[in-house]
Amino acid sequence: MPFLIIKNGRVIDPATKRDKVGDVFIADGKIAPSLTAAQRKSAQVIDARGLVVCPGLVDIHVHFREPGQTHKENILTGSQAAAAGGFTTVVCMPNTSPVADNAGTIELINNAARKAAVHVYPTGCITVGMKGQQLAPHGSLKKAGVVAITDDGLCVESNQLMRNAVEYAKMFDLPVLDHCQDESLTKGAVMNEGTVSTRLGLKGWPHAAEDIIVARNIILSAYSGAHIHMQHISSAMSVELVRRAKRDGINVTAEATPHHIALTEEALGTYDTHFKMNPPLRTEKDRQAIIAGLRDGTLDCIGTDHAPHSPDEKDREFDFAPNGITGLETALPVCLDVLVKQNKFKLPFVIDLMTRKAANLLKLPAGTLAPGAVADVCIFDPNETWLYDAKKGFSKSLNSPWSGRKLTGRVKATIVAGKVVYGH
Amino acid sequence: MPWHRKHFLTIEELSRAEIEQVLATAGAFRRILDRKVKKVPALRGKTIVNLFLEPSTRTRISFEMAAKLLSAEVISFDAASSSTTKGETLRDTAQNIQALHADMIVLRHSASGSPLYLSRVLGIPVVNAGDGAHEHPTQALLDVFTMREKLGNLKGRKVVILGDILFSRVARSNIHALTKLGADVTIVGPSTLVPHWFEALGVKVSHNLRSALADADVVMLLRIQHERQAAGHFPSVGEYTGMFGLNKTRAEWIKPDALIMHPGPINRGVEIDSDLADSPRSVILQQVTNGIAVRMAVLYLCAGGQPEHVTTPLK
Repeated sequence: MPFLIIKNGRVIDPATKRDKVGDVFIADGKIAPSLTAAQRKSAQVIDARGLVVCPGLVDIHVHFREPGQTHKENILTGSQAAAAGGFTTVVCMPNTSPVADNAGTIELINNAARKAAVHVYPTGCITVGMKGQQLAPHGSLKKAGVVAITDDGLCVESNQLMRNAVEYAKMFDLPVLDHCQDESLTKGAVMNEGTVSTRLGLKGWPHAAEDIIVARNIILSAYSGAHIHMQHISSAMSVELVRRAKRDGINVTAEATPHHIALTEEALGTYDTHFKMNPPLRTEKDRQAIIAGLRDGTLDCIGTDHAPHSPDEKDREFDFAPNGITGLETALPVCLDVLVKQNKFKLPFVIDLMTRKAANLLKLPAGTLAPGAVADVCIFDPNETWLYDAKKGFSKSLNSPWSGRKLTGRVKATIVAGKVVYGH
Repeated sequence: MPWHRKHFLTIEELSRAEIEQVLATAGAFRRILDRKVKKVPALRGKTIVNLFLEPSTRTRISFEMAAKLLSAEVISFDAASSSTTKGETLRDTAQNIQALHADMIVLRHSASGSPLYLSRVLGIPVVNAGDGAHEHPTQALLDVFTMREKLGNLKGRKVVILGDILFSRVARSNIHALTKLGADVTIVGPSTLVPHWFEALGVKVSHNLRSALADADVVMLLRIQHERQAAGHFPSVGEYTGMFGLNKTRAEWIKPDALIMHPGPINRGVEIDSDLADSPRSVILQQVTNGIAVRMAVLYLCAGGQPEHVTTPLK
């Protein structure tokens, strides 16, 4: 069906400053300004009365585990989870097995991505083997199709190598995404360092370890002019560092995860590994600072850090369980709850954080309902309350802290290039 | 009030009344230890498995003694000989032990929170014999049992815990037990090993040994581990001893009738000099003996025994 009409929804498209009840037209996979009478006759009609119609959500931080760890997730199941969560464009991290530090592995990922339910873009590694010792071939990676480079999961420790990486990648207009963690301060650490880690006897990960690398990256960006993006900011001080850097006109950006704005370290009281991730959940003060950072534009977008792990892997002693939780299927309701309901953000602003702003960071062709744009659309009911059960989800893994909880805001349909890929 | 807990995981979760119940039960078993025939039939026919996945001599032998004196069958095994070294998970190992018809598991593990994890997986009682840097509940109970033997009520008594607090499960369990019983707890040592976070647990944090010791009723020393030096928590064992070791000169800062305690194993000449460890003020070996009674009480209660059945004199 080449023609589609989404009727009578509240159409929110921050890129075109549209927020009005109306119709969205799709012709041949693209957003159309209108349809002719003949086209309307043959069009499929979706009644979106009472629903929000917005650009498909964009997530620049997911782990789809392919190649090599497909018992956790693969590009197809990950993309189906994305579609179920209203996402139409996602960016995969390169810490697969083997890691994506060469054009061949990127090609493998791109081949699988062609069969995915949504648009899947790869990133390449900053360093060979993500070992932090030698630059990966950023030029070949760019040619193979990566949209950014990152050693996500690991931080490039050497200042000298990081300096060269950002200067070298700048030549190819490749943003560098950094997982900000000073490893020397976090050996064996499994949660935020503070009163809760003290009580639980768990090794603490001080926020200073993030702040030091954020500051380092700001300095290197100022020095080189290169774009450095700070992944999953978790600490209040890091938010403040980025705020000052932006005020000074330094070319840095940053993202926040749904879990760092929704949860704190207090959730770890029973050693539940579904609250174990890296960087860890921190204090209420940090959570509030991240929300404030999103409000004033210090933080540019939401990224889920969707990190699937199999039930066996998570069902362990807390110290031994891997870091990470899934996020694609819950991000929208969680952000609606925390940002819109609790913190009175305007809905179009939150949608902007999850669409246009995320896409623009990596210059992805996504995030708008402007005529001519690829017809990627998310239709959701902002008021529907539903019980999320990870077992009924699309991800291969079940490691969500929200499984078994009631969420408000539910995706009703996801459209990718004019085709309905998810409908509820 | 009947005892209702199946598992024995932390001091933090116990009420003051529950702590009193265990101590009263331990008191009854302690009297048995002074008899010629020490064995009682309380757990006859029960099998207890000591699952020790981290090295331990004192605690394991103490739990074995306690189980045997209660007439239970006891099987101990440690990490080196177990299938965990072959990659079996804790859950699988423990479920196998349960399938072998064990009635209770006593767990020692390097990972904090693992007894709680196991208690959710198993149908049989789990007793915590020390988990990571989290808790060592039976150690804290034998410590307060010993203090009460010597000092009576601990309300308002000042207890100083000196040494590596950061990595110590003994310190954490003692902090919970002592604060619940109304004692004033001060933790002392180098700032790197005694972080200010502990104040949230209701204790005073000090780095001044002399002022901390001044009015102490109990000085509890903790073992200084050499690997902390390698990680940069203090410059050298010599510097530690020089700044915080308990020696004859510093012993004069303490009230003459104050108790000196140590959970063992002792580093003689590091955290404490021999003449103090062996002095009449030291109750270190009494702690060890009382440990059997406390563990008998814990095993007995978790197996379904009730305090009032033993606190009235045993026949």
